[in-house]
Amino acid sequence: MAKKKEGWKELPIGAIIVEPGSSRKFKTGDWREGKKPVVDKDKCTNCLFCWISCPDSAIIVKDGEMKGFNLDYCKGCGICFTQCPVNAIEMVDEEKE
Amino acid sequence: MKVAAKTANEAMAEAMRQINPDVVAAYPITPSTEIVQIFSQFVADGLVDTEFVPVESEHSAASACTAAAAAGARVMTATASQGLALMNEVLFVTAGLRLPMVICEIARTLSAPINIHCDHSDTMDQRDTGWMQFYAEDSQEAYDLVIQAVKITEEAFLPAMVSADAFILSHSLQRIEMLDDKDVQNFIGEHKTPFSILDTDKPITVGPLDLQDYYFEHKRSEAQAMRDAGKVIEKVFSDFGKKFGRKYNLIEEYKMKDAKRAIVLMGSTAGTAKEVVDTLRADGEKVGLVKVFAFRPWPTEEVNQALKNAEYIGVMDRAEGMSGFGAPLFTEIRSSLYDENKNPDIYGYVYGLGGRDTTPGDIKKVFDDLKKVENGKKLDRNNYLGVRE
Amino acid sequence: MGINLKELSKQEDFFTSGHRACAGCGPAIALRQALLVAGKDTVVSFSTGCMEVVSTIFPYTAWKVPYIHSLFENSAATMSGVEAAYNALKRKGKIKKDINLIAFGGDGGTYDIGLQALSGAMERGHNMLYICYDNQAYMNTGIQRSGATPYGASTTTSPSGKVIPGKTRRRKDLTEIMAAHNIPYAAQASISDWRDYMTKVEKARSIKGPKFIVVFAPCQLGWYYKKEDTIKIADMAVKSRFWPLYEVENGVHKITKDPKKVIPVEDWLKLQGRFRHLFKGENKKIIEEIQREVDMRWERLKKLEEAGL
Repeated sequence: MAKKKEGWKELPIGAIIVEPGSSRKFKTGDWREGKKPVVDKDKCTNCLFCWISCPDSAIIVKDGEMKGFNLDYCKGCGICFTQCPVNAIEMVDEEKE
Repeated sequence: MKVAAKTANEAMAEAMRQINPDVVAAYPITPSTEIVQIFSQFVADGLVDTEFVPVESEHSAASACTAAAAAGARVMTATASQGLALMNEVLFVTAGLRLPMVICEIARTLSAPINIHCDHSDTMDQRDTGWMQFYAEDSQEAYDLVIQAVKITEEAFLPAMVSADAFILSHSLQRIEMLDDKDVQNFIGEHKTPFSILDTDKPITVGPLDLQDYYFEHKRSEAQAMRDAGKVIEKVFSDFGKKFGRKYNLIEEYKMKDAKRAIVLMGSTAGTAKEVVDTLRADGEKVGLVKVFAFRPWPTEEVNQALKNAEYIGVMDRAEGMSGFGAPLFTEIRSSLYDENKNPDIYGYVYGLGGRDTTPGDIKKVFDDLKKVENGKKLDRNNYLGVRE
Repeated sequence: MGINLKELSKQEDFFTSGHRACAGCGPAIALRQALLVAGKDTVVSFSTGCMEVVSTIFPYTAWKVPYIHSLFENSAATMSGVEAAYNALKRKGKIKKDINLIAFGGDGGTYDIGLQALSGAMERGHNMLYICYDNQAYMNTGIQRSGATPYGASTTTSPSGKVIPGKTRRRKDLTEIMAAHNIPYAAQASISDWRDYMTKVEKARSIKGPKFIVVFAPCQLGWYYKKEDTIKIADMAVKSRFWPLYEVENGVHKITKDPKKVIPVEDWLKLQGRFRHLFKGENKKIIEEIQREVDMRWERLKKLEEAGL
């Protein structure tokens, strides 16, 4: 982020962005307002309802298994918490961690 | 080569057939409708491979062409007047995205009041869009400029419009020399693009949100492209001249070498003006004409060079500009010459609005006025030619 | 066919993290789900609006498929041009693959300023899918009423005041307007019912010609509810029959979800600040009017379906 911004001769023609998904360099995790999601894997059934409902692709899934949250991007909205059918996700105060 | 009688509409449609663009999205409007009609028939008869998109508005015509250009297609359309005005918002996008595209434009008034006849209000309205602008004097030039514009726009990475005067050119039969189809194809070559939004293996984002930290740099780069476009145009004009014998320049000088009094104008009126110059020259008057082909990019050096010996200049604008001062061509000329050591006396003449006929007498009046100034008479800086008081 | 989350989760997101949509953004969910079905060989066009602004702030893009934004009102015309280029270049052998073309727009860009371009594109029959994410107002510019804003809702240009109780006009029925273009597929979906929505996207993908889906995507900022409730609000809109899930395939209406337990529309309105003024004094009759209209529209839809129309 601290990189010096390009001059006009260095930028690609027509303001195009050539790197797909470059937004991942922009971390939105610091948008959370004090609450973050935690999952109780004993309760989790890997239904992936949290994953399909996340606006920020911040649910980590590997081989069909829910592995937790990518807090670099999680904005703390709590939709996953409302969508979990077995109440395995809780929103907890970040300070208390 | 083939000699034919063609209106500018027919000539530009023929040029489009020979160019055989990938995509044409167009909408009818008087007086450029014919271009679209004739081209539709070419499509229907299988004479071109073009995807023709009969859109529901000029806004969509420009939008579809712009997007098709971003997808790597060679694109063209035709329009006039309100159609061009409706495209305005999109024209900035085409140029800002640095996409090649050619519009066959028929110069017509803008409402209100509504009028379908010739003046340059429509193209002058678009002069800040980042599009190159060329003005034809006759069908031959309209035809030649459209073909050359394809190559220019693809090498300059800026879009271009070629303008021919409504009815005076669009609907008047003139003799033209047409190139062979294969010569046109060889001249324009295969269309290559640095990127395409149809390349899903190399996904790019086109048209992002640019904020305070990048917008200015992108605009600076676009401005440079326009500054550099003159060189591209000259190169293409030169290639065309070498291959086909008709050499164009950013401006055309007519008997300017020793001209003390000069008229500057664009488009079809040049034909009439040349006749008046000839008549006056026969009487020993040192008069000349500068016809501007490329209004964008503005050819400062060429204009100044052509006018370097002129002491009294009348600039004829077929658009008002509504600046409360001078019309567009007048202000450009006057601004260009400001840095010259000689300080010529420059007067503006707005003429021919709404298709008002411009006679040799009108043009002679401009030269006469300039002569009166030379003899010490005072003249208003900006004048109207051929309007009833 | 069939949406399998485990399978889908193995592929990457083509609309990815790091975009600047608000926490709990409904439209962001709509985009993600559509792109998961559409897959890699997809080209997207976008109208100006929230999702365009948040997803492509130079030099960052949340898109991993080719994306083009031109203007507010021309997403459909833009995709018309892409499709024309695709056809031309494919015919010349310059492109080999089959590519999905999806035009996106918000409700402002679709119901209102972009309706002409959309209508033209659908009538011309371009092989594309248009998806409207509907959050029922101009959210990008700060919650102004649109043709999609429902009757009674308070927005910044239809504010509830001492004499006017929010928006006084009904919203347009865009799905029916699109179906009236005699296109092969028009559907109404919601982010609450991802299976239904993604199935519709997949179905649309398999049909040649112009397709249209409007997906209900609540906006916590503009509707004034708690940000974790985005999907719950969408779900209640479906369960109250305010937002029926249905499709019109080749002119035939089919309800794709008939809520088992129907809730009063009042329960849904109550959770949203934009309807708060309706619960005061005289305005309560507006709630009854809204319920009557919801019932009437549902009945109409039922009759169309039963008649095989």
